[in-house]
Amino acid sequence: MSQLLSFRRENDLVTEIADLSEQNFYACYQCGKCSAACPAAFAMDIPPHQLIRLLQLGQGEKAMQSDAPWSCVGCLTCTTYCPKGVDPARIMETVRTLHLRRLEGPFRYTQLDGERLAALPQSALVAAMRKVTW
Amino acid sequence: MTTETKQFGYYPGCELRTRAKALDCSAQKVCRDLGITLAELKEWTCCGGLVPQVKDNYMGFLAPARIFLEARAQGLDSLVTLCAFCFNTLRRASFFLARHPQVRARLATFLDVEGLPEIKVLHLLEVLRDHIGFDRLRQAVRKPLDGLRVGPYYGCLLLRPAQEIMLDNAEEPTLMESFLKALGCEVVDFSRKTDCCGSYHIVTNGEIAGRCAEQILDSAGESNVDLLVASCPVCQFNLDWKQSQANHTNIPVVYVTQLLALALGEPVDTLGFSHRAASMLPAA
Repeated sequence: MSQLLSFRRENDLVTEIADLSEQNFYACYQCGKCSAACPAAFAMDIPPHQLIRLLQLGQGEKAMQSDAPWSCVGCLTCTTYCPKGVDPARIMETVRTLHLRRLEGPFRYTQLDGERLAALPQSALVAAMRKVTW
Repeated sequence: MTTETKQFGYYPGCELRTRAKALDCSAQKVCRDLGITLAELKEWTCCGGLVPQVKDNYMGFLAPARIFLEARAQGLDSLVTLCAFCFNTLRRASFFLARHPQVRARLATFLDVEGLPEIKVLHLLEVLRDHIGFDRLRQAVRKPLDGLRVGPYYGCLLLRPAQEIMLDNAEEPTLMESFLKALGCEVVDFSRKTDCCGSYHIVTNGEIAGRCAEQILDSAGESNVDLLVASCPVCQFNLDWKQSQANHTNIPVVYVTQLLALALGEPVDTLGFSHRAASMLPAA
């Protein structure tokens, strides 16, 4: 009978992601425009609209396990295209930020290749340090 | 050509003094030619490279706040930028701080100042559009770039998020097109002109950055452009980086101000064009 119960399960993690991103996940009606527009979706385990679906279903930990937020570069194409005014890029950044605050994530800045970094534009370095490394 | 001089604060940012000197130097020439006075901030620091998009992270607004304070200390109420990173970061910070008095107060307390000023953050293209006008710009052109097929590449940071940046329509922008037409260029539309170049993924994820750049270049290549024009040192870097790899397009990426300076009659060899870019330009 559990199928007859609401599957919307709020919990602390999902509430925290909603609060910090200031986004209403339930506004999303899963049209998938964000995922169609995303230039990095090809590299994600699940595309942006599916990450939002997990949050709608209360699956905060599953959303946290996705690698999608690390592929998101915050270009805001999804944000521009969303017909419901949802800002998926803020949700991506929130998930990433929660990881970084736990001192975890795939990009440890001390482990980046220093020689290669020297050849890169410094604004890209500053942005990467801010957004994805810990 | 102008009878009045317009003064603005000028925030160059790190790239313009290192990798993107051509952007800085051509912009200064252009402003001199058009009677726009740029008063450079005496003590500028890094813009912070993008603003935070999480509610409780104010760290990323500190650098812009310091820059705004410095502008006020010099009696400036506006800052002109060129680098799309600096423009986006400072413009969004200015927008955010104007609407969040509590955050403003918190930053002011941290910085030990009375309050934060409201500084108008502008892009030079916007100054040309709104304070000079493209009709007057056309009249100032001494060497029209006739026949040069130019693809206007906006990328993300000049346009998005549209409700905060408010420079142009985020999906169908026309600013660069109008600008390039005033210079006499043949504007070539291409489908990926507002796509992301991969941005800082060049640091952490070359696969994504490469794919982003590749799609933009393929789209520009299919439209048969002579040049791509941009206003972002990172976009230029990423597109050039992709093209430095084997078997790819060979489309020079130049800055908006380089083409403008050329059209205003500045000598081509003073504008920092690459050999490849210079070879595409109309003969002097």
